[in-house]
Amino acid sequence: MSRWKADAAIAGLGITEMGKIYGRSAADFAAEAIALALDDAGLAKSEIDGLLINGNGNEHMTPYLQMTLGFEDLTMLNVMSAAGSTVGAMIQYAALALDAGVVNNVVLLYADAPLQENVGGGAAYAKRGQWHGMNGLRGAYGEFGGNPPYALAARRHMHLYGTTSEQFGAIAVAQRKWAQMNPRAQMTKPMTLEDHQSSRMVVDPFHLFDCCLVSNGAVAVIMTTAERARQLRQPPVYVKAAAQAAPGDNQRTGRDPGLNTGAKRASELAFSLAGITRDDVDILELYDCYTYTVLVTLEDYGYCEKGEGGAFVEDGKLGPGGALPTNTGGGQLSSYYMWGFTPLSEAVIQARGQAGERQVERNDVVVASGNGGVLNFHSTTVLSKHAA
Amino acid sequence: MPPDASEQSQRPVPVPDEASAPFFAGAARGELMLQRCRACGAFMWPVKSRCVECFSAEVEWAAASGGGELYSFVVVHQRYPGFDEPYVLATVVTPEGVRFNTSIVGADPDELRIGMQLTVVFDSVSDDVVVPKFEPVQS
Repeated sequence: MSRWKADAAIAGLGITEMGKIYGRSAADFAAEAIALALDDAGLAKSEIDGLLINGNGNEHMTPYLQMTLGFEDLTMLNVMSAAGSTVGAMIQYAALALDAGVVNNVVLLYADAPLQENVGGGAAYAKRGQWHGMNGLRGAYGEFGGNPPYALAARRHMHLYGTTSEQFGAIAVAQRKWAQMNPRAQMTKPMTLEDHQSSRMVVDPFHLFDCCLVSNGAVAVIMTTAERARQLRQPPVYVKAAAQAAPGDNQRTGRDPGLNTGAKRASELAFSLAGITRDDVDILELYDCYTYTVLVTLEDYGYCEKGEGGAFVEDGKLGPGGALPTNTGGGQLSSYYMWGFTPLSEAVIQARGQAGERQVERNDVVVASGNGGVLNFHSTTVLSKHAA
Repeated sequence: MPPDASEQSQRPVPVPDEASAPFFAGAARGELMLQRCRACGAFMWPVKSRCVECFSAEVEWAAASGGGELYSFVVVHQRYPGFDEPYVLATVVTPEGVRFNTSIVGADPDELRIGMQLTVVFDSVSDDVVVPKFEPVQS
């Protein structure tokens, strides 16, 4: 029985070209994604009165993006910030606000342009002079970027439960198969488990193919009320529930979000609000900054016991033809890395029935996750093509 | 083989600030300083202004025992200025119940075992700054 009262839907989706595209700013990509989404929905720019921006550290992702984009007379404007989990919070906020009548048509936006020509990632992190206070220890110890802390969590999982690198590989291989059917995917070269295992070590236990892509580009989603969505161009994708969870940590024993993530509470809450169980879910779009992130999310969503995630994914059930289609566009590992807007965009495409060769036949209930920090922040969104 | 001095000098050096000064001063005199709540006794990783357990403002700096257990470790294969790759990055948990990331010295990666006992050592990373690191307890 659904407890979620807000009757809102996704009516527009805009996805730019993705990847190593140089010479364009995040603001430029953002404008294009919004233009694409407006055209997709059949809405005029002047009809947009809400703008939610996923804060991601890019210099353009501020409230002043409103001016750069030329939006006027907004009644909702915010940069929201909970790392990769923000997408679910944005959807939640927009849905509740639409239902309350404080706004009519909301753009939800992710844009970034971290890749620059001739600049490698490593050197940028180790710039001297940035390392103040306790944060300076990370520079002294060589803890740069997201790879080490996620790898530390994965290694602990392997130690406690016997999870193997090959099991992480099964996730990468399954997702690459989906990516091969996605015209937008950055990586479509066939990948075998052997390819995964022989890909270079990045931060052991993570091979290259355990780690997500980096992309320049943008994704924009337009949300409106369910009733208004039905009058627009695309089949509405109804928001059945959106929930967040942040279990906390403070680096004390007794809590380890790297192993027991916010996915448990967020999914429990989202499924309860939507009036569904995990058995009702046809398609999963799970935030996959690393293969490990998918594995631990599946455990915490209750698809298998804690520690059994490796065995659960080993048989390839996440891939095309499998029992639990997951990351059906290739995910962040193989398609593009737009934080939570990667799983969200594919969820919308699948729910609409517009996924072409990679369309999953049963697409009544689609779930998209968001994840951020080091597995500290989670969001779960339940979507459906069915109004009721 | 240790990196040569000029290579290591390329590493980022922590810049202690007012809030973290007791931590770095402690390291300079050979003490691992954490914070402890006077009200409930909980230890916490600095810098906190209120106890993370009971929210009391009575938080003080206190020397930790210097022991630790290897909670997890990884081997970094990415190249960063000043770091001789591959190198180890570890998560250590102290008997006081505080968990943090740090370097392991005095052992090769293939000698490390999660659960092994460690002890704190102190390493000068510049003329002015000392940081704690951990090495396996010699049995």
